[in-house]
Amino acid sequence: MARKSTTQRVVVSTIGAWFFGFLIFFPILWMVLASFKTELEAFAIPPSFLFFHWTTENYATVQERSDYFHHALNSIIIAGGSTLIAVLIAIPAAWSMAFSPTKRTKDILLWMLSTKMMPPVGVLVPIYLIFKTFGLLDSRSGLIFILCLGNLPIVIWMLFTYFKEIPRDILEAARMDGATIGRELVYVLTPMAIPGLASTMLLNLILAWNEAFWTLNLSTSNAAPLTVFIASYSSPEGLFWAKLSAASTLAIAPIIVLGWFSQKQLVRGLTFGAVK
Amino acid sequence: MGQITLQDVQKSFGPVHIIKGADLDIADGSFVVFVGPSGCGKTTLLRLIAGLEDVSGGKILIDGKNVVDTPPAKRGLSMVFQSYALYPHMSVRGNIGFGLKMAGLSKDDTNRKVEAAAATLNLTPYLDRKPRELSGGQRQRVAIGRAIVREPKAFLFDEPLSNLDAALRVQMRIEVTRLQKQLGTTAIYVTHDQVEAMTMADKIVVLNGGKIEQYGSPLELYERPANLFVAGFIGSPKMNFVTGENAAQKGAATIGVRPEHIKIERDGAGGWPGTIAVAEHLGSDTFLYVDAGPLGMLTARYIGELSLHAGDRVSLVPDPARIHRFDASGNALRN
Ligand SMILES: Nc1ncnc2c1ncn2[C@@H]1O[C@H](COP(=O)(O)OP(=O)(O)O)[C@@H](O)[C@H]1O
Ligand SMILES: [Mg+2]
Repeated sequence: MARKSTTQRVVVSTIGAWFFGFLIFFPILWMVLASFKTELEAFAIPPSFLFFHWTTENYATVQERSDYFHHALNSIIIAGGSTLIAVLIAIPAAWSMAFSPTKRTKDILLWMLSTKMMPPVGVLVPIYLIFKTFGLLDSRSGLIFILCLGNLPIVIWMLFTYFKEIPRDILEAARMDGATIGRELVYVLTPMAIPGLASTMLLNLILAWNEAFWTLNLSTSNAAPLTVFIASYSSPEGLFWAKLSAASTLAIAPIIVLGWFSQKQLVRGLTFGAVK
Repeated sequence: MGQITLQDVQKSFGPVHIIKGADLDIADGSFVVFVGPSGCGKTTLLRLIAGLEDVSGGKILIDGKNVVDTPPAKRGLSMVFQSYALYPHMSVRGNIGFGLKMAGLSKDDTNRKVEAAAATLNLTPYLDRKPRELSGGQRQRVAIGRAIVREPKAFLFDEPLSNLDAALRVQMRIEVTRLQKQLGTTAIYVTHDQVEAMTMADKIVVLNGGKIEQYGSPLELYERPANLFVAGFIGSPKMNFVTGENAAQKGAATIGVRPEHIKIERDGAGGWPGTIAVAEHLGSDTFLYVDAGPLGMLTARYIGELSLHAGDRVSLVPDPARIHRFDASGNALRN
């Protein structure tokens, strides 16, 4: 009896999970489908789901009109660069707050997070003027700089929570075992921090990859990443749905592939501590 | 060699004075237990010796050398933590061998020593497992293995058995004691359990509120407690304390008598009369909790079975030779 009801529950929750998974995934699926339609079919009503004339011409046109690889390279450099720098700054910051907290540690953390509560558009004009003055407009280093600063609070928060999960006893045990600070770091702390570090970097990479506000406002061509590439296909008339979809599909493909291969790591990192 | 001396060791956390001047001489090869109620500073004192905390004042000598400025890695001590603190990403072999690796021992020598330690602790079949694949008792053994394999000057244990169930705790208690005797290495062992202290120690340090109340062998503490605190802390069930006229007759502010030093008379007129509130029959022992009117609740122990029950009237007669006397400030009065 009890057994039957659990099987039932498993079936119901599995169906539910698939349903919601599909619901969440649907827009992406629809975008990918639309990218293989002609412009006319793409906004036809009623829409056709699978039975339309499949074509890859959108991809060809998109590549012809704007250079995908140029934008993709920019995205990789900007997202990767800002993530790397953010992590390098965040590790010592989170480290010191997790392992030698002071009375003000909580306040500093909250203050950092509070910077994320301000809408970016509120500082668009001053940032724009600063970028202009220093010749950073449409430069990769400028975008790396601003995205790094934008995500830094979240990176520090995440690393802080992971580091806090590492029991102090274990580090002290290493010290008692005769390990110097350097060896303690290499042999004990780093291996234990890697899952958290990896998922933080991955999340930050995704955030930076998809960041659209600053990249759209501060770059035009030279440093333009894939967000600009997509935006160039969006027009108020909505005449280029198929091409827009093709551009978007191309833009998110690398990050989806990356996410797919690292999902195990990502889940492990995000639930680190919950399962000891 | 592992002779440890504390000279007026002090520790404050900010404005809070935790260790208020500890003086102690721990002989090489002895098993010393720090015992006291929770929060009295046992762990802090142990961590000061380990070097995991810096002293606020005083000296710590290991084999005659002051080590207060020596980092923990260089003090040559090893520690077993309450939480075991095993390295989760290393196998049992890696955990036990880590200290040897840090000391720069060759791989062959490390393996040989790790395997010998594992054999002593019955861990050989688990050498390639990760800590999460072990039971609590096995993790405990790994933690001990990690401590012994380095052949330190002294072992420091911080309530190592408190996470084990009662039966395993008794077994490990015996094993740890035997291992220590066999290796002849100085050991400092922290516990809040006075039974553990009495059974394991060569010498006990009773701590209370950051001060050493008494330092002596288990029997010394049992027979000649220095003050009311030690008298009440050591021994189970607790010593009975009586104040007022009965104490004044003996020239003391308080007198104490252990439950096992009280004679129980069914209908005697002498001694302290009372009514049994609770009677515990263990077969081997009988414990009586007696409501003795103005004297309060008294505990008496009888070896063997005594068929008395709640509600029965009895008279308790303390053995005059085993009465402890204390002055108004709680210190023991000697004859
Ligand atoms: N790092 C610390 N900062 C502030 N107070 C501490 C710290 N460590 C211990 N204490 C305080 O010192 C006292 C003794 O602690 P501890 O040595 O752990 O006691 P025990 O091990 O005897 O239970 C406690 O009151 C505790 O709150
Ligand atoms: Mg403690």
